[in-house]
Amino acid sequence: MPLNLAYPGELSLAILPELVLFGGAMLLALWSAWKPESASHQRSVGLAGLVLTLVTAALVIVFAMRGYTADTGPIAIDAFRWAADLILLLSAAIALAMGVEYNARHGIFAAESHVLVLFATGGMMILAAARDLMVVFLAFELMSIAVYVLAGTNRRNERSAEAALKYFLLGAFAAGFLLYGIALVYGATGTTNIELIGERIVSEGLGDSRMLLAGMAMLLIGFAFKISAVPFHMWAPDVYEGSPTPIAAYMAAGVKAGAFAVLMRIWIEAFPDAFLDWHYAVWWLAAITMVIGNVIALQQRNVKRMLAYSSIAHSGYLLVALAAGTPAGSSAFLFYLVSYTLATMGAFAVVSVAGRDGGEALTMDSLAGLWKASPWLAGAMAVFMLALLGFPIFGGMGFFAKWYIIQSALQSPSPQTRLVVVLVLASVISAGYYLHVVMVMFMKDRRDDLPAPARMGGLNRFVIGAAAVIILIIGIFPDALATFTRDSAVPAGGAAAQVRMSSASTSR
Amino acid sequence: MTDFLASTGYSGWILPALLALLVLGALVVWVHGIVTHSDDPAEQARAAQGARRITLAFFVAEFVLSVGLWWAFDPSTSAWQATVSVPWIDMWGSRFSVGIDGMSLMMVLLTTFTMPLAVLGGWTSVKTRVHAYHAMLLLLTVGMLGVFMALDLLFFYVMWELMLVPMYVIIGVWGGERRIYASVKFFIYTFLGSLLMLVAVVYLGIKAGDPVTGTPNFSYDAIISTVQHSPTAALWLFGAFFMAFAVKVPIFPFHTWLPDAHVEAPTAGSVVLAALMLKLGTFGFLRFAMPLFPGAAMDPAVRMTIITLAVIGVIYGSLVALVQPDFKKLVAYSSVAHLGMAVLGIFALTRESVQGAMMVMLSHGLSTGGLFLLIGMIYERRHTRLFSDYGGIAKVMPIYGTLLTVITLASIGLPGTSGFIAEFFVLIGAFKTVPWMTFVATIGVILGAAYMLWAIQRILYNPLDKRENEEMKDLNWREIGLMTPIIIAILWLGLYPRPILTRMEASTTRFVQQVEAGSSPSATAAVPGGR
Repeated sequence: MPLNLAYPGELSLAILPELVLFGGAMLLALWSAWKPESASHQRSVGLAGLVLTLVTAALVIVFAMRGYTADTGPIAIDAFRWAADLILLLSAAIALAMGVEYNARHGIFAAESHVLVLFATGGMMILAAARDLMVVFLAFELMSIAVYVLAGTNRRNERSAEAALKYFLLGAFAAGFLLYGIALVYGATGTTNIELIGERIVSEGLGDSRMLLAGMAMLLIGFAFKISAVPFHMWAPDVYEGSPTPIAAYMAAGVKAGAFAVLMRIWIEAFPDAFLDWHYAVWWLAAITMVIGNVIALQQRNVKRMLAYSSIAHSGYLLVALAAGTPAGSSAFLFYLVSYTLATMGAFAVVSVAGRDGGEALTMDSLAGLWKASPWLAGAMAVFMLALLGFPIFGGMGFFAKWYIIQSALQSPSPQTRLVVVLVLASVISAGYYLHVVMVMFMKDRRDDLPAPARMGGLNRFVIGAAAVIILIIGIFPDALATFTRDSAVPAGGAAAQVRMSSASTSR
Repeated sequence: MTDFLASTGYSGWILPALLALLVLGALVVWVHGIVTHSDDPAEQARAAQGARRITLAFFVAEFVLSVGLWWAFDPSTSAWQATVSVPWIDMWGSRFSVGIDGMSLMMVLLTTFTMPLAVLGGWTSVKTRVHAYHAMLLLLTVGMLGVFMALDLLFFYVMWELMLVPMYVIIGVWGGERRIYASVKFFIYTFLGSLLMLVAVVYLGIKAGDPVTGTPNFSYDAIISTVQHSPTAALWLFGAFFMAFAVKVPIFPFHTWLPDAHVEAPTAGSVVLAALMLKLGTFGFLRFAMPLFPGAAMDPAVRMTIITLAVIGVIYGSLVALVQPDFKKLVAYSSVAHLGMAVLGIFALTRESVQGAMMVMLSHGLSTGGLFLLIGMIYERRHTRLFSDYGGIAKVMPIYGTLLTVITLASIGLPGTSGFIAEFFVLIGAFKTVPWMTFVATIGVILGAAYMLWAIQRILYNPLDKRENEEMKDLNWREIGLMTPIIIAILWLGLYPRPILTRMEASTTRFVQQVEAGSSPSATAAVPGGR
């Protein structure tokens, strides 16, 4: 059913899931301010937030099945948006579930932290839906500002405050780049609509316009900050280390996914015909990010910093899917994102409970001999590590995620064989630190003074168990998810779209 | 027998059943471990004994099931037999597709034959976390059998990688003193080798895929019959496969992980590594690297380089084995030498030499597996593997002495044992195409006799001058029982190898013709692939 986004009624129908999420989040914000801070109030707000994400996810599924479409306008209504929304809501739900128990353990009683997660998620969902660069910027800020505050939720911890400030300053800087890039692209093409940009690049032959080139470069830099691609990654390890663990997990998975989703859409829908202009920039960004991220991760002995560098490396893998520059690349991206979200957030969840007295396992040593003390936890962590490594069967869907990216990069009209070789060699480097975790847990003896991990709460247990089981099952039967992501690709833009439309009109 | 098997539809279900049975076994052992979990040492010991028995039962059942293949197999044809193919990942054009030819038949039987013995060999030496250990052994076997049967490249790759984690854990958790170093080294080396193969596999699948829909096709037969490469592309692809297999074999200079892994692994781990996992590399050359890229593999420069490396491996492995103070390390280096011989046979590419290479693989599996088991037995008694700590053992352990002597003679290739047939075939076959290299490799055979005989002399026959050794008990019934099948198999292969050679002949002949035809410049267009 085509919607005409010029009518306010139909526009609001198009963003109904986001509206529900925002409306619910505002009510929760009121409720959280209603009562004094306490552990139980924090818990009930968090649980209500969890319910709200599930309701929104249900609504997204309903919308996806109703088959709405829109030809033009600032909001995209397509399968890619719904698929990305589901992944973003998944990461939000995991972050909330982890957060409820983490906050209770660490004396963070500010119930607003859960509400901010919801606001940030709403921002990301609009990012995934944005088809106009102005909407992109608004959504980008909506997401970022909520996350700046989240990074500093642990007010008693000075590292948390440092993380928030650092993230804010660098994020503001990145936003500046983004806005300037939008302005330049507008200057070159005369529009901020993503689809129109793609068409005008073809129709007006803007392939070698300097202004467009500069605009694309600025946009890429702005996004590279958010997805922490090297050399714009410096903030990530410090911020992840300082932030509360559920928030770090949320940043590593959700925030990155949101920024990447819109990056994919802009690049595939607006810039496919400027492929030669941006290709080498993305190529080198991907290659450097993979290599540097993995090499530095090797040296980390703090688990959260290690996971931060690992998430940087994974940005590099995702950039390979972008470098393919095809809709198939965006399918591979969606598949990868499911695997990456589950594995990374699962790993952070294990870290948040596996240490001394049920506290955080901050150093590798505190994971030593975890197999003896808590075999299930160690087994799940091993699955997450092998999934991030991209190992078949034991790492479940992590393998097929890498596989899909490699396949999409090789199937691109200009096959990215060399970039793929860099990808697999970087994966070998990553074996060094992922296996180190497995080795420490399974092959080292537990230090005698290290008590067994405390019994974790039900939510945490469910998150870790469900993530591991899903990873393993999809690792054996990936067909359903692969088909779903294939059908959720970003529609090709530019010349390809014109060909598509003209063939549709002639067939009519 | 054949009729009975046919009446059960044996060929239609046996290969998936072999894989499924092991997965089931791993699950049963795992659940058993959870159910019987207890803090009481006596209870724990009982549970551990249960795990050993369950695993042994599964492996024996596996062997009994697989033996039917011997009769069900039709030696007159080189076509795939006992094939099963069901859709797996439609979207990526991959199927769960298995089947065997004469070469994989022998490797499957060697695997199912060796595994129960490996379990028995580790019966008393593994005392901690017994359930996990046995579950890992079962999963490891799934991977090995899967590689031998796979007819779909994606399925093959998954099985190929599947083996890595169980072996890593087996070495790293139940291994010797430097186990962590050895296990990480093993993992990283093998992983590095195989990831480049992953890229090559994806590339081939896309090339063989449907050009309209873009769906790849990973079927072995489809790839071999449709994909044409430019010489440069073929060289790179062959290189990617070569790296994976060369590390696994291992071909000199990719062998440095092997001594560490073999020495530090627990007995069963060493047995599996030496007897089975190394063969996956040579099998990979026979099944994948050479038939897929005959032009690149038979390129004179490439071929001579590989043959030279193989022969260096034979000589180098033997020389290094000669100076080892540690028995296990000596056997580990002897594996480098023996597998070098197998690679020589494969790349010499005559019917005899390829048959010989297959025989080397089987014979080395039996004799080296047997040697590692025997080393494990004295290690359990004395907790040392150094030659200098032994001497005159034959006087206190006569049965042990006899067995070790027989296995040693098989290892050095005395006529009447499997080793003789194997090396003889390789050498006469290879002499036709690469006479000088074969001549040099023959020196390796002589060196082989030297280090093995010197080794058993220092263990068994020198004066019994250490008091600890006088107390050593001779083998018990379990140990005799587990060595007997190996001795019988070695003698059978040595005295009457014909049934085995006939079963492999059609496949090896086809392999030689396929590679020769594919590599001759005039025939590049007509690769006889589609079987």
